[in-house]
Amino acid sequence: MTALSDLTRPWAAMSYGFLDASAKREMRRKMLKAIAVPGCQMVYASREVPMARGWGTGGLQVTLTLVNPSSTVKVIDQGADDSVNAVSIRKFLSRVSGAKETWDTLEATIIQSRHRIPEELMREDQVLVLQVPNPEPLRPVEPNMSIAREMHADADYGRLWLILYEQMVRSGRIMQGASYPALVNGRHVMTPSPIPRWDVPKLHMARHLTFLSAGREKRIFAVPPFTSVQPLVFSDVPYRVEDHAELTCHRSGVTGYFMNEIPQEDGSSAYEVSDSNLGIKAIRIRDGEPVKIGETWYRKGAMQ
Amino acid sequence: MSAMAETLPLDAPRLMPATPILRMEGITRRFGNVVALKNVSATVYPGEVLGIVGESGSGKSTLLRLMNLEDSPDEGHYRLDIPDADGNLFDLDRYARRMLRARHIGIVYQNPHLGLLMRNSSSGNVAERLLIAGERRFAELRARAEDALSASEFPLERMDAPPIELSGGMQQRVQLAKAIALEPALLLLDEPTTGLDVSVQALVLDTLKRLQRDRAITMVLVSHDLGVIRTMADRVMVMRRGCVVEQGLADQIFQDPQHEYTQALVHAKL
Amino acid sequence: MIDDNALLARSEPATSGAHAVLEVENLTKHFDMHHLGKRLLAFEGVSFRVFPGQFLLLRGQNGAGKSTLLRTLYRSYRPKGGHIWLNTDEGRIDLARAADVDIALLRRREIGFVTQFLNPRPRVAAEDIVAEPLRLAGRSKEEALAEARRWLEEFGVKPELWAAYPSTFSGGEQQKVNLARALILPQRLLMLDEPTASLDVGARQALVRRLAALKEAGVAMIGVFHHRADIADLVDSELDLTTKEPCDVAE
Repeated sequence: MTALSDLTRPWAAMSYGFLDASAKREMRRKMLKAIAVPGCQMVYASREVPMARGWGTGGLQVTLTLVNPSSTVKVIDQGADDSVNAVSIRKFLSRVSGAKETWDTLEATIIQSRHRIPEELMREDQVLVLQVPNPEPLRPVEPNMSIAREMHADADYGRLWLILYEQMVRSGRIMQGASYPALVNGRHVMTPSPIPRWDVPKLHMARHLTFLSAGREKRIFAVPPFTSVQPLVFSDVPYRVEDHAELTCHRSGVTGYFMNEIPQEDGSSAYEVSDSNLGIKAIRIRDGEPVKIGETWYRKGAMQ
Repeated sequence: MSAMAETLPLDAPRLMPATPILRMEGITRRFGNVVALKNVSATVYPGEVLGIVGESGSGKSTLLRLMNLEDSPDEGHYRLDIPDADGNLFDLDRYARRMLRARHIGIVYQNPHLGLLMRNSSSGNVAERLLIAGERRFAELRARAEDALSASEFPLERMDAPPIELSGGMQQRVQLAKAIALEPALLLLDEPTTGLDVSVQALVLDTLKRLQRDRAITMVLVSHDLGVIRTMADRVMVMRRGCVVEQGLADQIFQDPQHEYTQALVHAKL
Repeated sequence: MIDDNALLARSEPATSGAHAVLEVENLTKHFDMHHLGKRLLAFEGVSFRVFPGQFLLLRGQNGAGKSTLLRTLYRSYRPKGGHIWLNTDEGRIDLARAADVDIALLRRREIGFVTQFLNPRPRVAAEDIVAEPLRLAGRSKEEALAEARRWLEEFGVKPELWAAYPSTFSGGEQQKVNLARALILPQRLLMLDEPTASLDVGARQALVRRLAALKEAGVAMIGVFHHRADIADLVDSELDLTTKEPCDVAE
């Protein structure tokens, strides 16, 4: 006779990867749907995780679904691997899945990020997971989300364009800094999350898969590999990224990457490269260590 | 000789090109037990102004809404003589209707709140039409918005003011600019001057008339106000309780109304 | 069947074309006033022909239906019986039963109607109102305007009024603007309904001169005139409506 203990698995405090199997099934289905319709927001049942809403629960759920024992995870917050939240999330991921941790973009298989995309080119075997606070690009134009959904279905983006038009009229230029609305695969407009304008072109025709997930708002959308991502611009007013070509990181010495501005006591500013691990690698190279910096999207402030 | 429907000569060549720009046939629209439109037909020829006059409940606004593809009838056929529109337009799905409306039909509503984005700029309101049609050059958007607004005799120094800050007459001019920006095949006007001051009405109508003559825009104008119809229309359709009671040249309808209802309507006014 | 015997013959028409411009056959008009439950007969069985360059004068007592006949020919009133054959480039068309849209086209193209009443469009200058038919016919703005001014002058409208809005003019002044506009572009058929009412002598004479010139150019005319003496020299034939009998008219 078969014992019950032969039929069941040994007791564990939680499922592999924290989320239970049905939660992961829901996530996988919605993730596949999101890939199937690039840039279109899919609704999902957002689960409770040991983190408050608004701190990256959406991204976390995606990463937990993707993670497996052979994964290597990198987590950054505004480009930094060592910020408190990034560290907490990375340690949690490692604990519930047994995945390896890394700070190196080149080593990671999953990169979860708040508000930045790393400077080094990502490969087709890597997945980028972006944390999204407000997934609805039409929110400033149409607060009612049912109507907004209809507008997406109808590709009715006239009023969104109108915001850009009026920015041009009022200030002579587009004022949108981060979260620049972009047209994905020529069909749906998405907000690429609050990444700076600098990062949006990296999503266009990328070799890697990108997920954008909002836990509090319970929406997920995706940019599959080799998909077009076009920021909404007037054809006679070219898209401009932040002008960081001449800036040098005061700690690592790298130039022409996206910099954080640090105001000094005397009123001037010092600059520090936002992708901290890039800076760290540069310092280690300077110190003679055999470290490699991968190919980057930008060189001297210009997209390649 | 029938007073209903258009009389066609039995033994003479037709002079006008055979194709009207708008043809609606057999339109019936019920709302529950109420028959808003009963077997109504309408024809509009290029470059003319068709006036539809009737009291409230006549079905005239329902008819206009159908012309704008905002609604579907229970029965009936709708044809427009424009590129990329074949067959019965009521068969088009929601997206196709939107696209057709955006490109080929302009509409001015009685209530500017329906037709305008009140808090965006007036030029933005016009630009939005162009953006939906795919215009992506900012300089073009600006120039064409200016054109449309000045054709509507809107003071250009206020072109960036939001409609909420403007008077009723000016709001209607913004609606007009918005409606003509893409040079649509058809311009629909639903009581465009009702509710405006009488003097402002005259000015707006004058703009409409001038526009119509300068650009040969085909218009369908719905009004309960005979004076407006008289000023604007080339041909008139008189509606009552969902039916077309009489149809004819504008001067004939006003000078020699045939139907009892039309006579009562015209004589009451005069 | 039209009897060609003359009832009242005057001078020969300026041109005698083979085809009549207008052939009216047995035309009848009555009004049904529904609220009174009455039918009012205006005229019946009217027949006549008008040729190019010919002036037909309508006569009859007041209320005999002269004005009504003109309006019926123009389709402002709906005929109740008979035919109104207009010979056009496309063929013979019965105005009595033609489609509204064809009537609208013919009015633009070849039939004019002159009354004493002008519906002035607000904020359009007198010279622009007069120039409009030429503009619609494709003439340049400068040409049309020059021509318009010439006719305004001819009809005695003071130059300082040319750029002004007729809605502010006196009745007589509006009338002159009206005439200048109506007569600026020769049309095949012209209907004149008391155009000289409220005109001063100078303007009346200008009108007669213009009508004579148009006649010369082949314009057919049907007119109701209060001051018959003015146009006496222009009249080729007359139709008397008082008798209410089919009247025959000389060619």
